[in-house]
Amino acid sequence: MGGIVQFENVGLRYGTGAETLSDVSFNLAAGSFYFLTGPSGAGKTSLLKLLYLAQRPSRGLIRLFGEDVVTLPRARMPGFRRRIGVVFQDFRLIPYLSAFDNVALPLRVAGMDEREIETPVNEMLAWVGLSARASARPATLSGGEQQRVAIARAVINRPEILVADEPTGNVDPEMAGRLLYLFDALNKLGTTIIVATHDVHLLSRVSNARMMRLDRGRIADPTGALLHPPEAAKSPEAAR
Amino acid sequence: MSRFGGISAAERRLLPEGRAAGPMPWVIAIMTFLMVLAAAGGLGLRHSAAALSAQLADRITIQIVDANAATRERQARAAIAELHRLAGVRAVRRVAAPEMRALLEPWLGRAGLDELPLPVLIDVDLAPAARRSVAAIEAAITAVAPAARIDDHAQWLAPLTGLIGSLKWLALALVLMMSAATGFTVVLAARAALNTHRATIDVMHLLGATDIQIARLFQRRIALDALFGGFVGFSAAALVILLLGQRIGGVGSDLIGSVALPGSSWGMLVALPIAGALLATVAARLTVLNALRRIL
Repeated sequence: MGGIVQFENVGLRYGTGAETLSDVSFNLAAGSFYFLTGPSGAGKTSLLKLLYLAQRPSRGLIRLFGEDVVTLPRARMPGFRRRIGVVFQDFRLIPYLSAFDNVALPLRVAGMDEREIETPVNEMLAWVGLSARASARPATLSGGEQQRVAIARAVINRPEILVADEPTGNVDPEMAGRLLYLFDALNKLGTTIIVATHDVHLLSRVSNARMMRLDRGRIADPTGALLHPPEAAKSPEAAR
Repeated sequence: MSRFGGISAAERRLLPEGRAAGPMPWVIAIMTFLMVLAAAGGLGLRHSAAALSAQLADRITIQIVDANAATRERQARAAIAELHRLAGVRAVRRVAAPEMRALLEPWLGRAGLDELPLPVLIDVDLAPAARRSVAAIEAAITAVAPAARIDDHAQWLAPLTGLIGSLKWLALALVLMMSAATGFTVVLAARAALNTHRATIDVMHLLGATDIQIARLFQRRIALDALFGGFVGFSAAALVILLLGQRIGGVGSDLIGSVALPGSSWGMLVALPIAGALLATVAARLTVLNALRRIL
């Protein structure tokens, strides 16, 4: 059975240097929750870039939602990207826009009517505790606040896959707990979550979360569970 | 939420700079100013050439030059009679003696004009198709009036119309070169704007924005800049044209005065900044789309 994300012998090389990712193969079941761990420089961010279609691999096969995205025509990329929410490590908020407009951006890109945008954006800002800062620009927000805006932007349109690169790196433990609770809630609604983190303590805070470990550009999968997920991981509802 | 150019007010804020930001609107204003002046010059010369052609090019003047007044008169009558018989002759007018005197008086003075044997002048308007048979007309007239000399206006007008024609082509070339320069300016401005906003574009791409959505933001902004620059450039050029028109009128020369700008030409001049804005919009769209294709 094919998962929502399939990697087969994927390699990634920047320019003429050594491979950043080598022979990466795994299957992620729809609706599952994964933590991607590994030391700095292991290739976590590169792997996430492949997942959110910011990069094409140098070799190998990647399937998202059952379709080969390595040979996907450019014109079809936007449709795939709208199904993937991304929390960037460096937030990548648009500096000229308020927190509200940053969070609203995916909805506007998707062509949602302006009258239908206000309510979900305000609800999302309230959820991440930033209702009072809705009109603030990123430069006036703290690192933690910027991170929460970035998370709100990533989840506002209920993506099928959420990719987060160190999403709790700049927030206090209480906010980290709330954000993980949000991710978990999204996961229970069917969103597949992939969170890259250094913080191994996070793993124990999400039930049913699985771990992917990258080391020197290779996935450590000694039991083969990532390549051939057990039935429980393929149907998370059953596991719960 | 109001929409203009296919994008909402909220989307417009993605590119933060206001109108007339940066040098591009002012470069377009200067280009438009020069383009409108060059076009006005070309159109004025075209009008002048058409007016000269209508007035003079299809006209010949026959002079009967003979010292004997009786012979002169007899030949003049014979020539006029012959002209009425010839095909392609639209009108024949003998210049009256008082009119002749009025023409010569500024040069020769009033005294002695009555004693001078003035030639008979006959103005002949030809049908345009008859222009090629001036030699045949000359042969027919000299057969009945040996003292006749034919003065073909088109012959002395030819160098002038040639010059005017060259200046018209020069004006057209200037307009085309400045249009091209405007297009290249827009291409450079669009590339610079793309570089400036690269981070925003990357984020929009990763959020699922299409190339068209992104290009629309840039083309709208550049179209507004071009309209602003075009309006400023056209207004300044129109002012200069009107002032020059006043000066030309003050010269009092029929030849220079014929370089006038008819009302219909103003319509063409107004169309220039609008066409410039369209050109800028298309150039911006193509530049942005071409650049975006290189990004995944």
